[in-house]
Amino acid sequence: MSVDMRTFLAHVELANPITTAAGCASSGRELAQFFDLHRLGALTTRSITMAPRAGRPTPRMAETPSGMLNAVGLQGPGIDAFLERELPWLAQRGIKTIVSIGGGTVAEYSELARRLADAPGVTALEVNLSCPNMEDRGRVFAREGSAAAEVIASVRSIMRYDVPVVAKLAPDVADIVAVARACVDAGADALSMINNPLGMAIDTEALRPSLAAVTGGLSGPAILPLAVRCVWQVHAALPGVPIIGIGGVMTGRDAFQLVLAGACVVGVGTALFHDPYACLRIERELEDLLRARGFQRLADAVGLAHRPPGSAPRHLLVDTEESTP
Amino acid sequence: MQVTGTVLTTRRVDAYHALTVVAPGIAERYRPGHFVSVAVGGPHTSMVTRRALSIHDVKSDYGGTVELVFTTRGPGTAWLAERRARDTLDLVGPLGRPFPLPRDPAHCVLVGSEYGSAVLFPLADALLARGCRVDFVLGGAGAERVFGAMRARRMATTTTLTTEDGSLGLRGKVTDALPSVIADTRADAVYACAPMETLRAVTAVAMEFDIPVQVAVEESMACGIGVCMTCVLPVIGDDGATRMVRACAEGPVFRGERVRFEDVGTIPFDALGAPGGGVRHVG
Repeated sequence: MSVDMRTFLAHVELANPITTAAGCASSGRELAQFFDLHRLGALTTRSITMAPRAGRPTPRMAETPSGMLNAVGLQGPGIDAFLERELPWLAQRGIKTIVSIGGGTVAEYSELARRLADAPGVTALEVNLSCPNMEDRGRVFAREGSAAAEVIASVRSIMRYDVPVVAKLAPDVADIVAVARACVDAGADALSMINNPLGMAIDTEALRPSLAAVTGGLSGPAILPLAVRCVWQVHAALPGVPIIGIGGVMTGRDAFQLVLAGACVVGVGTALFHDPYACLRIERELEDLLRARGFQRLADAVGLAHRPPGSAPRHLLVDTEESTP
Repeated sequence: MQVTGTVLTTRRVDAYHALTVVAPGIAERYRPGHFVSVAVGGPHTSMVTRRALSIHDVKSDYGGTVELVFTTRGPGTAWLAERRARDTLDLVGPLGRPFPLPRDPAHCVLVGSEYGSAVLFPLADALLARGCRVDFVLGGAGAERVFGAMRARRMATTTTLTTEDGSLGLRGKVTDALPSVIADTRADAVYACAPMETLRAVTAVAMEFDIPVQVAVEESMACGIGVCMTCVLPVIGDDGATRMVRACAEGPVFRGERVRFEDVGTIPFDALGAPGGGVRHVG
């Protein structure tokens, strides 16, 4: 018996819950050498910026215990090249695409939304409110509910109503629920979390920071518990809001944790660096875990860990009722 | 492509480690200059990034084998050094762009420093098969760090060795010996694989002689397939513009004169998308 893995990101149906995390699959072509991108629930692009960006100097990466630090600095060709070459390539193939955008001002996010509003092939828009790599450290939108809300409200007003706007949140904030609530109140159709928390490593040979940018985003299995906690708290506070759970997912079991915490879509990031086939493997493993526990539909498992202590899982209750004559 | 390879043999080559791995799909697609990435630490590893390794040799036995050469630099390569025959390895490859080969027979000087020399041997095979003349200049800090001197002597018309401590061949660096080798062999082209600083000096020598130089860079990488964007360096494109390009996907082989060696580790102010170059305050 196969499990129904379909899921909804707001009103958009995805064939399965696995997507790539922004910035971990470029715009898809590299992974397409390994497998058919249609097998993903959706492809999430790297964060697209208005102007081309050269990013940060090297070294940009340092391996850390069960994770890695990166400070890439949103390197990319800018929106013009994205609309000319990358998005059409995805759209022509009919690959469900979540376009991530990153900007420095509300006006810049709005302009990006305007450029993407009429472009064919945008399944959903993910607003990167929290990239810790950006040059201007003074303005990380995700740190403050009001700043995040201003961006979301503007982008939401520009994008077509049938393209969900997803707010991507950072974990290193005092109260992630407050930021999440501010984004939802401003019109976000869904939330994704978590972006990389900031970390740092020091090279004990060179006696200097390992990264040229000094600090970088921490990713990999080290941050999975942080992601589970954030998804849990936000789902508890806003149970009706779809969540893309992201952070250190290496296996189907990791993805399952995020689903049980409340995520209906799961992003795979650093695992792709380790294994280009990670998304397919994780999707298969997640399906196996669901089947082994008697689930017929992924949707029945979303947020299930929130049920009161002592109560049986919903999907098993349904089974019993159905088998009763 | 991804292959679960089985280790066939392990050996020490001077100061370096070499693993021969049965990896059929990779061996048959391989061209000189390609590399592979390998997952380290086993199935439940805490090491999330792959290690990019040079291919020293490719054979058709057992359906196809590749010999990988590396030095131990940290826990990942130390784990690799502990692999024994019949252990399995998760390989992805062949990756990167290979060395372009001359259309007609040419005189080629192959310059390698430390274990960077490893990639030059399959290249030398390919060049010899095309009727090229091959001369090697190999170097290292000391005698045990010069990789492949014996094999080079068997293959090449001449082999010049250099060590910084003078324990083997000429005292000095490969670039000290290179000008006279280029002059003596009337070289038409130079190929090099070495640390960045050496590649910079090799390129300068080749440019002095006004002959083309192809360099294979050794940048640290997390993924090897072009998605992590960590292995970038400034390279001048056909249009004259400098871009931060990925060593794994656009490289690792570049025309030497196109690499802005003096700016590696920085974002040159005139690179496409450099801060201050376009819209200033993204982020």
